[in-house]
Formats: sequence, C-alpha cells, structure tokens
Amino acid sequence: MVIGAGMAGMAATLFAAQQGLHVVQAGLTGEVIYASGVFDLLGVYPPKERRVRNDPWDALNELVTAEPHHPYARLAPDAIRTAMDTLTAYLAEIGLPYKGHRNRNTTLLTPVGTVKRTYRVPESMWAGSQALAAKAPCLIVDLVGLRGFSARQMVETLGSAWPDLRTATIDVPGTSVHGPKYPEHVARMLEVEADRERFAAAIATHVNGAAYVGLPAVLGIYQTSEILADLEKHLNARVFEIPTMPPAITGLRLKEAFERHLPVLGVEAHYHHRVFDARPLPGGGFKLQMGKSEPEHSVLADRVLLATGRFIGKGLTPKRDGIHEALFNLPVHQPKHRDEWYAGTFLAPQGHAVSRAGIETDSQFQPVDAVGRVVHERLYAAGSILAHQDWMRTKSGVGLAVASAWGAVKAIAKQVATSS
Amino acid sequence: MKKNLETQVLVIGGGATGTGLVRDLALRGVRCLLVEKQDINAGASGANHGLLHSGARYIASDPASAKECREESDLIKRLAPHCVETTGGLFVAVAGDDETYIADFTDRCIQCGIHTQAVEIKDALDMEPVLSPETIAVYSVPDACVDPFKLSLDNLADAQAHGTAALRNTRIVRFEKSSEHIELVHLENHRTGERFAIKAEVIVNATGAWAGNVAAMAGAKINTLCSQGSLIITQNRLCHRVINRLRKATDGDILVPGGTVSIFGTTSVRIDDPEKKRPTVAEIDAMLPDGIAMVPKLADTRFIRAYAGVRPLVQSTLTADDRAVSRGFALIDHSEDGISNFMTITGGKLTTYRLMAEKTADRVCAHLGVGEACQTRTTPLPATNAGKWTEAGLTPKMWFQKKDPSDLLLCECEMVPTSVVDNISANIQEQGDQPSLRELGQRSRVGKGPCQGAFCSLRMTAHLYNEGLLRADQGLDELRDFLNERWRGVRPILWGQAVSQAELQEALHCGLYGLELSE
Repeated sequence: MVIGAGMAGMAATLFAAQQGLHVVQAGLTGEVIYASGVFDLLGVYPPKERRVRNDPWDALNELVTAEPHHPYARLAPDAIRTAMDTLTAYLAEIGLPYKGHRNRNTTLLTPVGTVKRTYRVPESMWAGSQALAAKAPCLIVDLVGLRGFSARQMVETLGSAWPDLRTATIDVPGTSVHGPKYPEHVARMLEVEADRERFAAAIATHVNGAAYVGLPAVLGIYQTSEILADLEKHLNARVFEIPTMPPAITGLRLKEAFERHLPVLGVEAHYHHRVFDARPLPGGGFKLQMGKSEPEHSVLADRVLLATGRFIGKGLTPKRDGIHEALFNLPVHQPKHRDEWYAGTFLAPQGHAVSRAGIETDSQFQPVDAVGRVVHERLYAAGSILAHQDWMRTKSGVGLAVASAWGAVKAIAKQVATSS
Repeated sequence: MKKNLETQVLVIGGGATGTGLVRDLALRGVRCLLVEKQDINAGASGANHGLLHSGARYIASDPASAKECREESDLIKRLAPHCVETTGGLFVAVAGDDETYIADFTDRCIQCGIHTQAVEIKDALDMEPVLSPETIAVYSVPDACVDPFKLSLDNLADAQAHGTAALRNTRIVRFEKSSEHIELVHLENHRTGERFAIKAEVIVNATGAWAGNVAAMAGAKINTLCSQGSLIITQNRLCHRVINRLRKATDGDILVPGGTVSIFGTTSVRIDDPEKKRPTVAEIDAMLPDGIAMVPKLADTRFIRAYAGVRPLVQSTLTADDRAVSRGFALIDHSEDGISNFMTITGGKLTTYRLMAEKTADRVCAHLGVGEACQTRTTPLPATNAGKWTEAGLTPKMWFQKKDPSDLLLCECEMVPTSVVDNISANIQEQGDQPSLRELGQRSRVGKGPCQGAFCSLRMTAHLYNEGLLRADQGLDELRDFLNERWRGVRPILWGQAVSQAELQEALHCGLYGLELSE
C-alpha cells in the first residue's frame, strides 16, 4: 500500500509495480499540480554558502560526507541515478519526455528572471537552456491576462548579459479579449489544431529572425510534443516553455500522465482519496480506512509505504505545541520549541529548521524512534516527510522523492522475498 | 548638493502626530515642511490596535489620560467620521477576574465623564456570541475603531492643500547649530542618495519612539522608553464591537474589529531600540491564553499576521511596570537645553493625536508670533482618495460593482485589482517618489490575506515591470525586501494551516525561483 500521490508516492507506485508487487495507492493528486515539473537532484550545496552547483554528483558526494543522516546518504549514487533514469524512461514511454545532461545540471530560466540549476527538464523547456547558454537571439512572449508572467521583467533582469533578448505581448486569439487567462485554459485550447495555428500566427509577426521563442508553460496537457513541433515549424525557430506560478500546467501534465498510465501497470489506484486511519493488525499487516471526504471503505495491506509529504501534503501536522505525524503518530524529529522553527528572515540562506524536521528512518527507509528502534516492522517512508533534509534550499525535491521511493521499494521487495 | 529649502516650520516624523501637526499649522496659515524617514505611519501610528479609546481603559491607572481620550474620541467621531467605525465597546470580566475592579468600574467611568452601562450577561452573549460562557460582568462604553492610515493620509492631504510640503524616505543626517539655535537641518533621501539642507524658524521633533534619538542628534536630552506592543490579526472578523477585558490594564486584553478582520493584543515588552521591534513567538504564546479566556474562539481561529508597534513612553520616574508610566503626552521645549527653536512632542496615543498636535501648534505659533487660533477642534477633516484603499473589504466591493473583467486582480485574497495599484503608484509618483512593493503593500490590502503575499508579490512585480516602474533587477531586490518584511509578521503565527502556506511560498520563491541565492 502506497499512501500519497505526490512525486514520491507516484514514483514508489511505479517502482513497486515494476518490481511485480501488487500495489494499492491512495492519495490526493491535487498536490502534484503545485509541482514545478522540473526534476531537481541537487542544485545548491551547501545552502548556507549559497553555492550553486553545476555537477550534482560532486555536490552529492560532499553532502553524504557532511550529513550522514540525510536520506541521500542511505543510497549509493548509482542507485539514485538508476532511480531517476527509470522514472524518466517511463515518462518518455507515456508521452512526457524529459531532457538533461548526463553528468551535470542544466540551467533553467525562471519568470522572475533568475537562472535555476536543475537535473532534468521537460522536453518543452530544453531549448531554453540552449538559448540561455548561447545567449542566442531570443524572443520571450507573454500573454495579455496571464498574471505574474512578464516578458519585460525577464528581459530587464537578464538583458544586460543577454542583449539579443526581446519581448512581445500577444492577445490569446479565440478567447475573450478581457479578463484573466489561466495556463490550463490556454493549454486546453492549444490541444486543438486550428486554435494552435491562430496562436502561432499571432506570435509569428514578432519573431523577426529570433532563433528561439520562449513562452509561458501553456503548450497543452496531453500532446505537448506535437504542439511544440507544430509551433517550431510555424515560427521557424526553436520554441521553449518557461515555468509559471503554481498551479502550473507542468504539474498538471504529470498528474494526468500518472493517473492515466499507472493503473495500466496493474496498480489499484484511489486518487482523490485520503487515508483517514491506519491500524497495525496482530498478524503483521495494516488495516486502512479511506474515502473521499470521510472513511468509505477499508483496505488490508501487508506493508505500507508512507509518502504523505510534509505540511502541504498533510503528512505532518504543525500544532502550536509541536509537529505531529498525521496517520501513525510516528515520532517526529523536530526543534524543541516553536520559536526555533523559522529563521528571522524568510530568505535566510541557511533555510528554516522546521524544513529539516520529519520522520527519521534506518538504512531500509523504515521509520525509527528517538533511540533508533524500528517503529513497525512493515512500515516504510519516503519523500519530503523524511527528516534531515531541506529539499527547497538544496534544490533536490524530485531527486529526494524518487531516490527515497526507490530505496524504500527495494527494501520492501527484499523483505517480501525473504518472508515468502 | 541641492539648494537649501526654507520653511517656517520643519516637522520631523510622518505619523499621526506629525501629519496632524502640519494640518493644524497649515490651517493657521503657517508654512510647513514634513519629513519622514520612511513612509506615512511607518512607525507606531501604523502598528497599533486601530482603537479609538473611550478612555475606560485608563480610568484606574491614568484618569487624566482617560478624560483626554473621552474628549478627543468624541471630536474625531464628529470631525473625521469617514475614518471611524462607531462600533461601541464592551468591558467584559470572566470568572476569576478581580471583583473589586469590577465593582469600582462604573464610578470610575463617571468620574472621568465616560458614559457606561451595565449589560445583562445573556444580552451580551446575544450581542457578541464569541464571548466566553464564563462571563460574569459586562459594561458598554463608547469605544470605536479608527483607520490610522486613512487618518494620517487625510491629515497630510489637507495640509498639502493648504500649502504644506512633504518629503518621504528622507532622514536627518545632522543638525547644524549656532550657539543658541539650529541653523540648518541636513537631510538625505535614502532612496536616491540625494542630500540637501533645510532652514526653518522652528523645528518640531514628532518622531514617536525615535524622539530620544532625534533629540540627541540635536544635542538635547529626553528620557523615552520604548515599549513594544504586539498584535495579531484574525482571518475573519470575530466581533461587532471592541471587546476589552474588565480588569486592571495588562497584556492580551483587547479584541478590536477592523473591516473584515479582528485584531487581538497587546503586549508590553521593553526594548532598547525602536528599530528592533518585531513580534515574537513568546509574546504571542504568552497573551493568547488571556484572549482565549475572554473569547474562546481565539483558540482555533486562523491568524494571518502579527505586528509590533513601539509606544513612546516619556519617563519621569523609573518603574518596573511600563503600563504604569503615564500614557499622557509630553511637549518639551528644548530652549531649556539651549536650543531656542527646537521642540519635541512624544508619548500619548493615537486617540489623543489631535490634542497633541493642537498643543504643539499653540507653542509653535507663540514662537512665530502667529495669532491664529486652532481650527482642527472645529473644522471637519476632508476625506480624500489617498487613504481609502487600506480599508478591508472596500476594494472587493468596488471591483464587483465595476464589473470590468480587464481590471485584473493582482491580489486574490483581498481582491485588489490592477486599477487600485495603479492609483496608489500614481499617488506616490505625484509626491515625487518611486512606488516600491513595500509601500504599495502598506497603502493597500495587498499581501495581507492568507496567501501571505506569496502570489500577489509576484503578480505585482510583473505588473510594475510592465508599467515601466521597475528596471533591471530592481524588482528582485524589492521582492526580497517585501517578502522579508511580510515574514516578520508571519513568523510568530506559523502553526496549523499557515505553515502549509509558508511551505508553498518557500517552495515557489526559494525552491523554484532561488530568490535566496543572491543578497
């Protein structure tokens, strides 16, 4: 049983199904739409020194030496690499190809005009890294009504180092002229070929010899590769997407792809379901109550992999008296007092102590108590709920989710094999 | 160096007192210049309870202040009704509160001329269902709520209409003195780095908690204490009226409604430097149980922000309890320190700002030989546009009425549309300044909703770039400044749902955008 439908839950379900395990998965996929869609492995280390890393493997080496309790330290670098490759290979198969360099991070433009290091980007963002690296003649297009995305802002912040960067603003054809535009609406519209052509025509008049055209991430939900190829043909330029504010289309694509394709692997999926109660059974397994807004039915599971996330995912409950694990009431590693949760400034480079709170596990990703004893013989945990990591500041969210899911599933498979 | 400016009166400090003072002087025909080191109401005038005291809170500790409050709150209700919500107030005692204090309450109010009436417990619970079932005594008083931003911005606007000039983001560099008086005041605009000097016949230090520092720069000495008071804002309005605890004034006594929210406070913590004010986890944790005893709903309501203001207390004798120091004001003529044209007005409270301004203006006019009488006691304060966007609930109402879909909402929590942000930027630009994210936040509801500014800050930045108001990487600096500033208010109330919001914000601003990676 996998509880959670964020990146860790999805990856764990995939890996377990690939291992031939019978998987039931439950969780709210709503959370995935807050995902940026880019796959970080390790982009900054150590955060306190604000050190941006081009080589994630080098950085990983330093991290596991300096932080032996970090979840990454539970795995060999090769296992982490295999986990990431396995996930991206599967996503390519189901129509969501990712790109990146073999051994180093790639660069990614953000809508505020900063440049981010990440490990794998959706194919639709790949040309942006190349445009940025070459400082090639490039047009960034924004859409009237799409708030929080200003091409002019990107050109103002990046322009001094990239003189051939230009902007254009277009009305999205075929929609009402006024009112806010949402990435999802535009994306659904671009799935239709005729609308796509009108959209391309509106941009074409601005291209003027630009080799690259950057757009907010709106290029469809299900047929992004086709839409991208179509636009490139119409515009006679390489086209790329730039991430937008959540809820973003890039997260929605992942959610839709997993929801449609994981059940094909034999996974019994209960998306939009929450697990309300989990009880260990005398025989060794668990009885779980799940449902949409209240407990509707129960599932018996031999083993549970807890991938419920942190605060947004509701895996951890932050009360005024301390942080609690929501489902099993597992011991939570955390600062002594609420006053220590957060630093005095939001952007303090070292991050916030509360981000490193979470569930401690042994090398098999089994939750342990304060003295290191396994809490339950058949319980595992993966993803951001794990303690001793700060994925937001080290830029390692997906890497951590996927690697720990890999480690936990391997350990489960081993336990299953030994017991049968 | 810019050429020297000349004015009759230079007022230092753009809070309630400073803006009230320039209006009072301008209406008497005196030419004034007001300088403020940040923005209007950036100090205690913008970080208080928004409570127009009936005076009942001070009947025991400071009857003189209580009477002043009663008189002044009556005047403000009459002369500036657009800044006031006449909610009325209740004083509420719960089981365990001091019975002697309760018994003396009515007599003490009568002695101070404050109208009060006993309310039946069951009626009180009908009037304010959030009151504790343990309530044992309730009295009504004429408390009210006041929007301090609107008040100061309107005072300043009326002063400007009568010839006053104002410079924001302008701080004192030094006072140039001859043997007996201040010849020139050297100033700097810290946004542009521009320096200049002002020659004034009289200089008034109206800098609240900073009064001691400014006086010291001029070589005068006053003893001020800085008492930090912290408050927390609830997401929804919990009560119709001001609810005060019926006991000797202490921490966590008052719940004040304001538009669509309620504000609970306060604390009293001595700090040595007003710049160090910030609401702390310890203060919030210490005062919440007191509030919960009076209004149990405070235990599970969602808070959206905390903030701290610094009460300037003028010290005559040292006491252990800052609440025992008089809340009355002090007008100090520094001719006793050998500076003939310099005075300080400090202490007091929001409710008595007008009286403080009047008394100071009387002294200034005596010095200048101006015989005009005070008009602020009788002339209504005109309502202007400048302050109207700070009112919670106003922008959604206007947005719905206007029904213009192209007027995009930049802040969805508080429903602040683009047109309002443009209006405020234009207003700031008319004053000769560049609008910053922080100021737009101070002058509107932007960033004050449950998203804690995570999304609206990005939408506003993008919009300001599109309008050409931000260049190069200025927007990133402003974004960082805005986020760190908002954080001060959010950090102490981070538990429950607010933690998820903070996590979402960090995932976006740090995880994806890497805003923490450069300074």
